[in-house]
Amino acid sequence: MHNKTIAEIARDLRNKQYSSVELTRHFLDRIQQHQELNAFVSVADEHALGQAEAADKALAAGDAPLLTGIPIGQKDIFCTRGIKTSCGSKMLDNFESPYDATVVEKFKQNGAVMPGKLNMDEFAMGSSNETSFYGAVRNPWNVDCVPGGSSGGSAAAVAARLVPAATGTDTGGSIRQPSSLCGITGLKPTYGRVSRYGMIAFASSLDQAGPMTRNAEDAAILLQAMAGFDGKDSTSVEQDVPDYRAELNNSLQGLKIGIPKEFFSSDLNADIAAVVNSAIAEYQKLGAELVEVSIPSLNQSIPVYYVIAPAECSANLSRFDGVRFGYRCENPQDLADLYTRSRGEGFGAEVKRRILMGTYALSAGYYDAYYLKAQKIRRMISEDFKKALSQADVLMGPVSPSTAFGIGEKTGDPIEMYLSDIYTIGVNLAGLPGMSVPAGFVDNKPVGLQIIGDYFAESRLLNVAHQFQQVTDWHQQIPQGFE
Amino acid sequence: MSLTADDVKKIAYLARLGIDQQDIGDYAKDLSNILDLMTSMDELDTGAVQPMAHPMDQTQRLRADEVAETNQREHFQACAPQVENGLYLVPKVID
Repeated sequence: MHNKTIAEIARDLRNKQYSSVELTRHFLDRIQQHQELNAFVSVADEHALGQAEAADKALAAGDAPLLTGIPIGQKDIFCTRGIKTSCGSKMLDNFESPYDATVVEKFKQNGAVMPGKLNMDEFAMGSSNETSFYGAVRNPWNVDCVPGGSSGGSAAAVAARLVPAATGTDTGGSIRQPSSLCGITGLKPTYGRVSRYGMIAFASSLDQAGPMTRNAEDAAILLQAMAGFDGKDSTSVEQDVPDYRAELNNSLQGLKIGIPKEFFSSDLNADIAAVVNSAIAEYQKLGAELVEVSIPSLNQSIPVYYVIAPAECSANLSRFDGVRFGYRCENPQDLADLYTRSRGEGFGAEVKRRILMGTYALSAGYYDAYYLKAQKIRRMISEDFKKALSQADVLMGPVSPSTAFGIGEKTGDPIEMYLSDIYTIGVNLAGLPGMSVPAGFVDNKPVGLQIIGDYFAESRLLNVAHQFQQVTDWHQQIPQGFE
Repeated sequence: MSLTADDVKKIAYLARLGIDQQDIGDYAKDLSNILDLMTSMDELDTGAVQPMAHPMDQTQRLRADEVAETNQREHFQACAPQVENGLYLVPKVID
Protein backbone atom coordinates (compact mmCIF):
# COMPACT_ATOMS: atom_id res chain seq x y z
CA MET A 1 0.00 0.00 0.00
CA HIS A 2 2.81 2.39 0.83
CA ASN A 3 4.17 2.52 -2.70
CA LYS A 4 0.92 3.77 -4.16
CA THR A 5 0.28 7.34 -5.12
CA ILE A 6 -2.61 9.36 -3.76
CA ALA A 7 -4.48 9.02 -7.02
CA GLU A 8 -4.12 5.20 -6.78
CA ILE A 9 -5.06 5.05 -3.09
CA ALA A 10 -8.18 7.14 -3.71
CA ARG A 11 -9.22 4.63 -6.37
CA ASP A 12 -8.42 1.59 -4.19
CA LEU A 13 -10.42 2.96 -1.25
CA ARG A 14 -13.44 3.41 -3.51
CA ASN A 15 -13.00 -0.10 -4.96
CA LYS A 16 -12.87 -1.44 -1.37
CA GLN A 17 -9.45 -3.05 -1.88
CA TYR A 18 -8.64 -1.93 1.66
CA SER A 19 -10.22 0.39 4.18
CA SER A 20 -8.89 3.69 5.43
CA VAL A 21 -8.42 2.11 8.87
CA GLU A 22 -6.24 -0.64 7.33
CA LEU A 23 -4.33 1.92 5.29
CA THR A 24 -3.83 4.24 8.26
CA ARG A 25 -2.66 1.37 10.50
CA HIS A 26 -0.21 0.34 7.80
CA PHE A 27 1.35 3.80 7.67
CA LEU A 28 1.33 4.17 11.47
CA ASP A 29 3.21 0.85 11.65
CA ARG A 30 5.79 2.13 9.18
CA ILE A 31 6.20 5.35 11.16
CA GLN A 32 6.79 3.17 14.23
CA GLN A 33 9.26 0.89 12.39
CA HIS A 34 11.35 3.76 11.06
CA GLN A 35 11.71 5.96 14.09
CA GLU A 36 15.45 6.05 13.38
CA LEU A 37 14.74 8.68 10.70
CA ASN A 38 13.37 11.03 13.40
CA ALA A 39 10.93 12.36 10.80
CA PHE A 40 8.05 12.89 13.22
CA VAL A 41 7.84 15.17 16.26
CA SER A 42 4.51 13.68 17.32
CA VAL A 43 2.47 10.76 16.09
CA ALA A 44 -1.29 11.03 16.50
CA ASP A 45 -2.37 7.35 16.40
CA GLU A 46 -5.75 7.63 18.06
CA HIS A 47 -6.65 10.86 16.30
CA ALA A 48 -5.71 9.34 12.94
CA LEU A 49 -7.60 6.08 13.50
CA GLY A 50 -10.68 8.04 14.58
CA GLN A 51 -10.49 10.05 11.37
CA ALA A 52 -9.96 6.84 9.37
CA GLU A 53 -13.09 5.25 10.85
CA ALA A 54 -15.12 8.34 9.96
CA ALA A 55 -13.58 8.27 6.48
CA ASP A 56 -14.62 4.65 5.94
CA LYS A 57 -18.19 5.57 6.81
CA ALA A 58 -18.11 8.55 4.43
CA LEU A 59 -16.67 6.33 1.65
CA ALA A 60 -19.37 3.73 2.21
CA ALA A 61 -22.02 6.44 1.99
CA GLY A 62 -20.52 7.61 -1.34
CA ASP A 63 -19.77 11.12 -2.61
CA ALA A 64 -16.75 11.56 -0.31
CA PRO A 65 -14.10 14.17 -1.25
CA LEU A 66 -11.03 12.85 -3.09
CA LEU A 67 -8.64 12.84 -0.12
CA THR A 68 -11.07 10.98 2.14
CA GLY A 69 -9.28 8.42 4.26
CA ILE A 70 -5.77 9.20 2.97
CA PRO A 71 -3.04 9.96 5.54
CA ILE A 72 -1.30 13.30 4.93
CA GLY A 73 1.50 14.35 7.29
CA GLN A 74 1.56 17.94 8.51
CA LYS A 75 4.76 19.89 8.99
CA ASP A 76 4.86 20.86 12.65
CA ILE A 77 4.56 24.54 11.71
CA PHE A 78 0.79 24.23 11.13
CA CYS A 79 -1.36 24.71 14.22
CA THR A 80 -3.45 21.67 15.06
CA ARG A 81 -6.10 21.91 17.72
CA GLY A 82 -5.56 19.33 20.46
CA ILE A 83 -2.25 18.02 19.05
CA LYS A 84 1.10 19.56 19.98
CA THR A 85 2.48 22.15 17.57
CA SER A 86 6.16 22.69 18.36
CA CYS A 87 7.57 24.39 15.24
CA GLY A 88 10.72 22.39 16.05
CA SER A 89 11.39 24.59 19.09
CA LYS A 90 11.76 24.16 22.83
CA MET A 91 9.77 27.41 22.99
CA LEU A 92 6.65 25.54 21.85
CA ASP A 93 7.44 22.08 23.23
CA ASN A 94 4.44 22.47 25.56
CA PHE A 95 2.12 24.20 23.06
CA GLU A 96 -1.29 22.87 22.10
CA SER A 97 -2.89 25.29 19.71
CA PRO A 98 -6.45 26.38 20.56
CA TYR A 99 -7.33 26.40 16.85
CA ASP A 100 -6.54 24.72 13.51
CA ALA A 101 -4.57 26.36 10.71
CA THR A 102 -6.64 26.96 7.56
CA VAL A 103 -4.54 24.36 5.72
CA VAL A 104 -5.28 21.80 8.45
CA GLU A 105 -8.97 22.68 8.37
CA LYS A 106 -9.06 22.32 4.59
CA PHE A 107 -7.52 18.85 4.76
CA LYS A 108 -10.13 17.92 7.38
CA GLN A 109 -12.90 19.19 5.08
CA ASN A 110 -11.42 17.06 2.32
CA GLY A 111 -11.58 13.98 4.54
CA ALA A 112 -7.81 13.46 4.91
CA VAL A 113 -6.36 11.61 7.90
CA MET A 114 -3.62 13.36 9.92
CA PRO A 115 -1.18 10.73 11.24
CA GLY A 116 1.24 13.13 12.91
CA LYS A 117 3.40 16.23 12.89
CA LEU A 118 6.66 16.30 10.98
CA ASN A 119 10.05 17.42 12.22
CA MET A 120 11.56 20.64 10.87
CA ASP A 121 14.27 23.19 11.48
CA GLU A 122 13.43 25.39 14.48
CA PHE A 123 10.87 27.98 13.33
CA ALA A 124 11.75 26.87 9.74
CA MET A 125 15.18 28.50 10.02
CA GLY A 126 17.69 26.14 8.49
CA SER A 127 18.57 24.19 5.37
CA SER A 128 19.39 20.83 6.95
CA ASN A 129 16.79 20.09 9.66
CA GLU A 130 19.65 20.13 12.18
CA THR A 131 18.39 23.19 14.08
CA SER A 132 15.33 21.27 15.36
CA PHE A 133 15.00 21.01 19.15
CA TYR A 134 14.08 17.36 18.48
CA GLY A 135 17.31 16.57 16.68
CA ALA A 136 18.35 16.04 13.10
CA VAL A 137 16.22 14.07 10.65
CA ARG A 138 18.02 11.40 8.64
CA ASN A 139 17.85 11.15 4.87
CA PRO A 140 16.39 7.75 3.83
CA TRP A 141 18.80 7.65 0.85
CA ASN A 142 21.76 7.83 3.20
CA VAL A 143 21.06 7.92 6.92
CA ASP A 144 24.34 9.68 7.66
CA CYS A 145 23.16 12.63 5.58
CA VAL A 146 20.70 15.44 6.18
CA PRO A 147 17.32 15.48 4.40
CA GLY A 148 17.62 19.21 3.74
CA GLY A 149 15.43 21.79 5.40
CA SER A 150 13.48 23.29 6.75
CA SER A 151 10.76 20.80 5.73
CA GLY A 152 13.19 17.91 6.28
CA GLY A 153 10.79 15.67 8.23
CA SER A 154 8.18 16.01 5.47
CA ALA A 155 10.68 15.17 2.72
CA ALA A 156 12.19 12.18 4.57
CA ALA A 157 8.76 10.79 5.49
CA VAL A 158 7.45 10.99 1.90
CA ALA A 159 10.67 9.51 0.44
CA ALA A 160 10.65 6.66 3.00
CA ARG A 161 6.96 5.95 2.34
CA LEU A 162 5.95 6.72 5.94
CA VAL A 163 3.13 8.86 4.52
CA PRO A 164 1.78 9.09 0.96
CA ALA A 165 2.26 12.88 1.02
CA ALA A 166 2.92 15.78 3.37
CA THR A 167 2.74 19.53 3.64
CA GLY A 168 5.72 21.83 3.75
CA THR A 169 6.44 25.53 3.86
CA ASP A 170 8.95 27.45 1.80
CA THR A 171 10.42 30.80 2.87
CA GLY A 172 13.75 30.49 1.05
CA GLY A 173 13.64 27.00 -0.45
CA SER A 174 12.31 24.94 2.44
CA ILE A 175 10.02 22.82 0.24
CA ARG A 176 12.18 22.62 -2.89
CA GLN A 177 15.61 21.95 -1.35
CA PRO A 178 14.59 19.02 0.90
CA SER A 179 12.47 17.66 -2.00
CA SER A 180 15.61 17.73 -4.14
CA LEU A 181 17.79 16.12 -1.46
CA CYS A 182 15.24 13.37 -0.76
CA GLY A 183 14.15 12.68 -4.35
CA ILE A 184 10.51 13.74 -4.08
CA THR A 185 8.27 16.26 -5.86
CA GLY A 186 7.74 19.57 -4.05
CA LEU A 187 5.83 22.67 -5.06
CA LYS A 188 6.09 26.15 -3.60
CA PRO A 189 3.04 28.02 -4.88
CA THR A 190 2.78 31.72 -5.73
CA TYR A 191 2.91 33.90 -2.62
CA GLY A 192 -0.64 34.33 -1.33
CA ARG A 193 -2.06 31.23 -3.08
CA VAL A 194 -2.29 29.17 0.14
CA SER A 195 -3.48 30.71 3.39
CA ARG A 196 -0.87 31.45 6.04
CA TYR A 197 -3.47 31.50 8.82
CA GLY A 198 -2.31 29.24 11.63
CA MET A 199 1.03 28.62 9.93
CA ILE A 200 3.57 29.86 12.45
CA ALA A 201 5.14 32.94 10.87
CA PHE A 202 8.86 33.18 10.10
CA ALA A 203 9.14 35.86 7.38
CA SER A 204 5.63 36.92 6.46
CA SER A 205 6.35 38.43 3.04
CA LEU A 206 8.10 35.21 1.93
CA ASP A 207 6.39 32.29 3.70
CA GLN A 208 4.24 30.03 1.54
CA ALA A 209 2.85 26.53 2.13
CA GLY A 210 2.75 23.80 -0.48
CA PRO A 211 2.58 20.06 -1.17
CA MET A 212 5.42 17.52 -0.90
CA THR A 213 4.53 14.37 -2.78
CA ARG A 214 5.88 11.52 -4.84
CA ASN A 215 4.77 12.88 -8.19
CA ALA A 216 3.27 15.91 -9.91
CA GLU A 217 -0.24 14.50 -10.14
CA ASP A 218 -0.34 14.06 -6.35
CA ALA A 219 1.04 17.58 -5.93
CA ALA A 220 -1.86 18.83 -8.06
CA ILE A 221 -4.35 16.93 -5.89
CA LEU A 222 -2.88 18.33 -2.66
CA LEU A 223 -2.60 21.87 -3.96
CA GLN A 224 -6.25 21.67 -4.98
CA ALA A 225 -7.14 21.03 -1.35
CA MET A 226 -4.77 23.69 0.05
CA ALA A 227 -5.21 26.67 -2.29
CA GLY A 228 -7.80 29.41 -2.13
CA PHE A 229 -8.70 32.76 -0.70
CA ASP A 230 -8.92 33.01 3.08
CA GLY A 231 -10.35 36.08 4.78
CA LYS A 232 -8.30 35.20 7.87
CA ASP A 233 -5.02 35.89 6.04
CA SER A 234 -4.70 39.53 4.99
CA THR A 235 -2.16 38.62 2.29
CA SER A 236 -4.26 35.82 0.80
CA VAL A 237 -4.98 36.49 -2.86
CA GLU A 238 -8.56 36.73 -4.10
CA GLN A 239 -8.26 34.70 -7.25
CA ASP A 240 -10.15 31.63 -8.45
CA VAL A 241 -8.48 28.25 -7.98
CA PRO A 242 -8.28 26.37 -11.30
CA ASP A 243 -8.55 22.58 -11.67
CA TYR A 244 -4.85 21.78 -11.20
CA ARG A 245 -5.16 18.40 -12.92
CA ALA A 246 -6.88 19.77 -16.02
CA GLU A 247 -3.65 20.66 -17.86
CA LEU A 248 -1.44 17.76 -16.70
CA ASN A 249 -1.65 15.96 -20.03
CA ASN A 250 -1.08 18.95 -22.29
CA SER A 251 1.71 18.55 -24.81
CA LEU A 252 4.97 20.41 -24.25
CA GLN A 253 5.49 20.91 -27.97
CA GLY A 254 6.81 24.46 -28.42
CA LEU A 255 7.27 25.07 -24.69
CA LYS A 256 9.87 27.79 -24.22
CA ILE A 257 12.28 26.96 -21.40
CA GLY A 258 14.35 29.86 -20.14
CA ILE A 259 17.82 28.89 -18.95
CA PRO A 260 19.11 31.61 -16.62
CA LYS A 261 22.84 31.68 -17.29
CA GLU A 262 23.56 32.68 -13.68
CA PHE A 263 22.17 29.29 -12.60
CA PHE A 264 24.92 27.51 -14.50
CA SER A 265 27.96 29.53 -13.50
CA SER A 266 31.29 27.87 -12.80
CA ASP A 267 30.30 27.57 -9.11
CA LEU A 268 27.81 24.83 -9.96
CA ASN A 269 29.04 21.34 -9.19
CA ALA A 270 29.74 19.57 -12.50
CA ASP A 271 27.90 16.36 -11.56
CA ILE A 272 24.77 18.28 -10.60
CA ALA A 273 25.02 20.35 -13.76
CA ALA A 274 25.19 17.11 -15.80
CA VAL A 275 21.99 15.77 -14.18
CA VAL A 276 20.15 19.06 -14.70
CA ASN A 277 21.34 19.33 -18.30
CA SER A 278 20.25 15.81 -19.13
CA ALA A 279 16.80 16.58 -17.68
CA ILE A 280 16.61 19.67 -19.89
CA ALA A 281 17.66 17.56 -22.88
CA GLU A 282 14.73 15.25 -22.07
CA TYR A 283 12.44 18.27 -22.39
CA GLN A 284 13.91 19.06 -25.80
CA LYS A 285 12.91 15.55 -26.87
CA LEU A 286 9.38 16.40 -25.74
CA GLY A 287 9.38 19.34 -28.13
CA ALA A 288 10.52 22.17 -25.85
CA GLU A 289 12.80 24.97 -27.06
CA LEU A 290 15.55 26.54 -25.00
CA VAL A 291 16.10 30.27 -24.60
CA GLU A 292 19.02 31.75 -22.72
CA VAL A 293 17.86 34.33 -20.20
CA SER A 294 19.59 36.31 -17.47
CA ILE A 295 18.86 37.24 -13.86
CA PRO A 296 21.77 39.66 -13.37
CA SER A 297 20.87 40.42 -9.74
CA LEU A 298 20.74 36.75 -8.71
CA ASN A 299 23.97 36.86 -6.70
CA GLN A 300 22.42 39.64 -4.61
CA SER A 301 19.57 37.40 -3.50
CA ILE A 302 21.56 35.94 -0.60
CA PRO A 303 22.44 39.23 1.14
CA VAL A 304 18.95 40.60 0.42
CA TYR A 305 17.26 37.50 1.80
CA TYR A 306 19.46 37.40 4.88
CA VAL A 307 18.46 40.98 5.70
CA ILE A 308 14.73 40.72 4.95
CA ALA A 309 14.01 37.27 6.40
CA PRO A 310 15.76 37.94 9.76
CA ALA A 311 14.17 41.42 9.96
CA GLU A 312 10.70 39.93 9.57
CA CYS A 313 11.57 37.04 11.88
CA SER A 314 12.76 39.35 14.64
CA ALA A 315 9.39 41.12 14.53
CA ASN A 316 7.33 37.91 14.26
CA LEU A 317 9.16 36.11 17.04
CA SER A 318 8.73 38.99 19.49
CA ARG A 319 5.38 37.36 20.38
CA PHE A 320 7.22 34.58 22.21
CA ASP A 321 7.68 36.26 25.57
CA GLY A 322 6.70 33.64 28.14
CA VAL A 323 3.42 35.39 29.01
CA ARG A 324 0.51 33.99 26.99
CA PHE A 325 1.78 30.66 25.67
CA GLY A 326 4.93 28.67 25.14
CA TYR A 327 8.00 28.28 27.33
CA ARG A 328 8.41 30.33 30.53
CA CYS A 329 11.66 30.37 32.51
CA GLU A 330 11.61 29.33 36.15
CA ASN A 331 11.49 31.90 38.98
CA PRO A 332 11.69 35.12 36.98
CA GLN A 333 13.03 37.99 39.08
CA ASP A 334 11.02 40.66 37.28
CA LEU A 335 9.22 41.22 33.99
CA ALA A 336 12.40 41.99 32.02
CA ASP A 337 14.00 38.83 33.39
CA LEU A 338 10.88 36.85 32.42
CA TYR A 339 11.09 38.04 28.80
CA THR A 340 14.86 37.79 28.46
CA ARG A 341 15.37 34.40 30.05
CA SER A 342 12.24 32.76 28.55
CA ARG A 343 13.47 33.79 25.09
CA GLY A 344 17.11 33.01 25.85
CA GLU A 345 16.29 29.52 27.14
CA GLY A 346 13.46 28.77 24.68
CA PHE A 347 15.21 29.59 21.38
CA GLY A 348 18.13 27.70 19.82
CA ALA A 349 21.33 29.22 18.41
CA GLU A 350 20.27 29.72 14.77
CA VAL A 351 16.99 31.38 15.75
CA LYS A 352 18.88 33.68 18.12
CA ARG A 353 21.39 34.53 15.41
CA ARG A 354 18.57 35.58 13.08
CA ILE A 355 16.69 37.55 15.74
CA LEU A 356 19.91 39.43 16.51
CA MET A 357 20.64 40.02 12.81
CA GLY A 358 17.10 41.24 12.17
CA THR A 359 17.01 43.45 15.23
CA TYR A 360 20.28 45.02 14.16
CA ALA A 361 19.11 45.58 10.56
CA LEU A 362 15.97 47.32 11.79
CA SER A 363 17.61 49.36 14.54
CA ALA A 364 17.98 53.14 14.42
CA GLY A 365 20.91 54.22 12.25
CA TYR A 366 21.12 50.97 10.28
CA TYR A 367 17.61 50.69 8.81
CA ASP A 368 18.39 52.54 5.57
CA ALA A 369 21.72 50.82 4.97
CA TYR A 370 20.33 47.31 5.40
CA TYR A 371 16.57 46.90 5.39
CA LEU A 372 15.63 49.65 2.94
CA LYS A 373 18.55 48.83 0.66
CA ALA A 374 17.55 45.16 0.66
CA GLN A 375 13.94 46.02 -0.18
CA LYS A 376 15.12 48.06 -3.17
CA ILE A 377 17.31 45.26 -4.48
CA ARG A 378 14.41 42.88 -3.87
CA ARG A 379 12.46 44.85 -6.46
CA MET A 380 15.38 44.61 -8.91
CA ILE A 381 15.55 40.83 -8.44
CA SER A 382 11.81 40.58 -8.92
CA GLU A 383 11.98 42.67 -12.12
CA ASP A 384 14.80 40.48 -13.44
CA PHE A 385 12.67 37.36 -12.92
CA LYS A 386 9.68 39.03 -14.58
CA LYS A 387 11.79 39.97 -17.58
CA ALA A 388 13.18 36.43 -17.88
CA LEU A 389 9.66 35.02 -17.67
CA SER A 390 8.49 37.38 -20.42
CA GLN A 391 10.95 35.59 -22.73
CA ALA A 392 10.04 32.03 -21.72
CA ASP A 393 7.14 29.95 -20.34
CA VAL A 394 9.15 28.48 -17.48
CA LEU A 395 12.70 28.75 -16.16
CA MET A 396 14.80 25.70 -15.32
CA GLY A 397 17.93 25.11 -13.31
CA PRO A 398 19.30 23.33 -10.27
CA VAL A 399 17.58 23.45 -6.87
CA SER A 400 20.60 23.07 -4.67
CA PRO A 401 24.34 23.40 -5.35
CA SER A 402 24.96 20.04 -3.66
CA THR A 403 23.33 16.71 -2.93
CA ALA A 404 22.53 15.73 0.67
CA PHE A 405 25.54 16.56 2.84
CA GLY A 406 26.66 14.79 6.01
CA ILE A 407 24.95 15.41 9.33
CA GLY A 408 27.15 17.88 11.22
CA GLU A 409 29.16 18.78 8.09
CA LYS A 410 28.00 22.39 7.81
CA THR A 411 26.70 23.19 11.29
CA GLY A 412 29.86 25.02 12.29
CA ASP A 413 29.56 27.67 9.61
CA PRO A 414 26.21 29.46 9.22
CA ILE A 415 27.41 31.32 6.10
CA GLU A 416 28.16 28.11 4.23
CA MET A 417 24.65 26.92 5.03
CA TYR A 418 23.17 30.23 3.81
CA LEU A 419 25.06 30.07 0.52
CA SER A 420 23.39 26.75 -0.30
CA ASP A 421 20.11 28.65 -0.79
CA ILE A 422 21.41 30.54 -3.84
CA TYR A 423 19.09 28.94 -6.44
CA THR A 424 15.91 28.98 -4.40
CA ILE A 425 15.60 32.26 -2.49
CA GLY A 426 15.21 34.56 -5.51
CA VAL A 427 11.89 32.84 -6.23
CA ASN A 428 10.65 33.69 -2.72
CA LEU A 429 11.82 37.30 -2.95
CA ALA A 430 9.86 37.65 -6.21
CA GLY A 431 6.88 35.66 -4.86
CA LEU A 432 6.89 33.25 -7.83
CA PRO A 433 5.92 29.56 -7.85
CA GLY A 434 8.68 26.96 -8.10
CA MET A 435 9.01 23.19 -8.08
CA SER A 436 11.61 20.55 -7.46
CA VAL A 437 11.26 17.40 -9.54
CA PRO A 438 13.48 14.28 -9.19
CA ALA A 439 15.93 14.35 -12.13
CA GLY A 440 18.65 11.85 -11.32
CA PHE A 441 21.34 10.80 -8.85
CA VAL A 442 24.91 11.69 -7.99
CA ASP A 443 26.70 9.12 -5.80
CA ASN A 444 23.37 7.41 -5.08
CA LYS A 445 21.91 10.64 -3.75
CA PRO A 446 18.94 12.33 -5.45
CA VAL A 447 19.18 15.55 -7.46
CA GLY A 448 16.19 17.76 -8.22
CA LEU A 449 15.44 19.91 -11.24
CA GLN A 450 13.97 23.30 -10.41
CA ILE A 451 11.11 24.61 -12.55
CA ILE A 452 10.05 28.22 -12.00
CA GLY A 453 6.86 29.70 -13.44
CA ASP A 454 5.05 32.99 -13.71
CA TYR A 455 2.67 34.20 -10.99
CA PHE A 456 -0.26 31.78 -10.51
CA ALA A 457 1.11 29.45 -13.22
CA GLU A 458 0.98 26.41 -10.93
CA SER A 459 -1.05 24.45 -13.51
CA ARG A 460 1.69 25.03 -16.07
CA LEU A 461 4.42 23.93 -13.64
CA LEU A 462 2.50 20.79 -12.77
CA ASN A 463 1.95 20.05 -16.46
CA VAL A 464 5.67 20.49 -17.19
CA ALA A 465 6.62 18.26 -14.24
CA HIS A 466 4.01 15.61 -15.03
CA GLN A 467 5.09 15.27 -18.68
CA PHE A 468 8.70 14.72 -17.52
CA GLN A 469 7.47 12.04 -15.13
CA GLN A 470 5.70 10.25 -18.00
CA VAL A 471 9.05 9.66 -19.74
CA THR A 472 11.39 9.25 -16.75
CA ASP A 473 11.27 7.10 -13.61
CA TRP A 474 13.48 9.09 -11.23
CA HIS A 475 10.42 9.88 -9.10
CA GLN A 476 9.65 6.16 -8.75
CA GLN A 477 13.00 5.21 -7.20
CA ILE A 478 12.73 3.91 -3.64
CA PRO A 479 15.52 4.23 -1.08
CA GLN A 480 16.98 0.88 -0.03
CA GLY A 481 15.38 -0.52 3.11
CA PHE A 482 12.12 1.35 2.56
CA GLU A 483 10.67 -0.71 -0.32
CA MET B 1 31.73 45.47 9.16
CA SER B 2 32.56 43.92 12.46
CA LEU B 3 30.54 43.81 15.65
CA THR B 4 32.01 43.85 19.14
CA ALA B 5 30.83 41.96 22.18
CA ASP B 6 29.26 45.20 23.43
CA ASP B 7 27.33 45.58 20.17
CA VAL B 8 25.95 42.08 20.58
CA LYS B 9 24.91 42.84 24.16
CA LYS B 10 23.14 45.98 23.00
CA ILE B 11 21.26 44.18 20.20
CA ALA B 12 20.36 41.31 22.54
CA TYR B 13 18.97 43.87 24.98
CA LEU B 14 16.84 45.46 22.22
CA ALA B 15 15.51 42.00 21.35
CA ARG B 16 15.04 41.04 25.05
CA LEU B 17 17.03 37.95 24.21
CA GLY B 18 19.13 36.22 26.84
CA ILE B 19 22.59 35.24 25.55
CA ASP B 20 25.02 33.28 27.68
CA GLN B 21 28.15 35.27 28.48
CA GLN B 22 30.40 32.58 27.01
CA ASP B 23 28.53 32.62 23.67
CA ILE B 24 28.77 36.38 23.04
CA GLY B 25 32.10 36.11 21.22
CA ASP B 26 30.71 33.49 18.82
CA TYR B 27 27.64 35.58 18.06
CA ALA B 28 29.85 38.63 17.44
CA LYS B 29 31.95 36.62 14.99
CA ASP B 30 28.97 35.02 13.19
CA LEU B 31 27.08 38.30 12.90
CA SER B 32 30.18 40.09 11.62
CA ASN B 33 30.58 37.41 8.93
CA ILE B 34 26.93 37.75 7.97
CA LEU B 35 27.30 41.54 7.75
CA ASP B 36 30.34 41.07 5.49
CA LEU B 37 28.05 39.15 3.17
CA MET B 38 25.78 42.21 3.05
CA THR B 39 28.47 44.61 1.85
CA SER B 40 27.98 43.42 -1.75
CA MET B 41 24.59 45.19 -1.69
CA ASP B 42 26.47 48.49 -1.84
CA GLU B 43 27.74 47.63 -5.33
CA LEU B 44 24.29 48.27 -6.77
CA ASP B 45 22.96 51.74 -7.47
CA THR B 46 19.41 51.69 -6.11
CA GLY B 47 18.81 55.45 -6.20
CA ALA B 48 15.58 55.47 -8.22
CA VAL B 49 14.27 52.05 -7.17
CA GLN B 50 11.12 51.87 -5.06
CA PRO B 51 11.51 49.55 -2.07
CA MET B 52 9.49 46.32 -2.34
CA ALA B 53 7.84 45.26 0.89
CA HIS B 54 5.58 42.61 -0.50
CA PRO B 55 5.63 40.41 -3.63
CA MET B 56 2.13 41.38 -4.75
CA ASP B 57 2.42 45.10 -3.94
CA GLN B 58 -0.95 44.74 -2.29
CA THR B 59 -2.64 47.32 -0.17
CA GLN B 60 -4.19 46.21 3.08
CA ARG B 61 -7.60 44.69 2.42
CA LEU B 62 -10.45 46.07 4.50
CA ARG B 63 -13.46 44.12 5.72
CA ALA B 64 -16.83 45.02 7.15
CA ASP B 65 -16.75 45.64 10.90
CA GLU B 66 -18.95 42.73 11.90
CA VAL B 67 -18.91 40.55 14.98
CA ALA B 68 -17.38 37.22 13.97
CA GLU B 69 -15.66 35.73 17.01
CA THR B 70 -17.28 34.77 20.27
CA ASN B 71 -15.47 35.09 23.58
CA GLN B 72 -13.35 31.97 24.23
CA ARG B 73 -11.08 33.37 26.90
CA GLU B 74 -10.80 30.20 28.96
CA HIS B 75 -10.10 28.10 25.89
CA PHE B 76 -7.40 30.50 24.70
CA GLN B 77 -5.86 30.79 28.14
CA ALA B 78 -5.62 27.02 28.55
CA CYS B 79 -2.14 27.10 26.97
CA ALA B 80 -0.87 30.01 29.11
CA PRO B 81 1.91 29.41 31.66
CA GLN B 82 0.06 31.18 34.50
CA VAL B 83 -3.43 32.72 34.71
CA GLU B 84 -5.75 33.75 37.51
CA ASN B 85 -9.32 35.06 37.27
CA GLY B 86 -8.94 35.29 33.50
CA LEU B 87 -5.77 37.39 33.74
CA TYR B 88 -2.23 36.49 32.64
CA LEU B 89 0.13 36.56 35.60
CA VAL B 90 3.62 38.07 35.36
CA PRO B 91 6.07 39.19 38.07
CA LYS B 92 4.98 42.33 39.92
CA VAL B 93 5.86 45.50 37.98
CA ILE B 94 4.81 48.18 40.50
CA ASP B 95 5.36 47.89 44.27
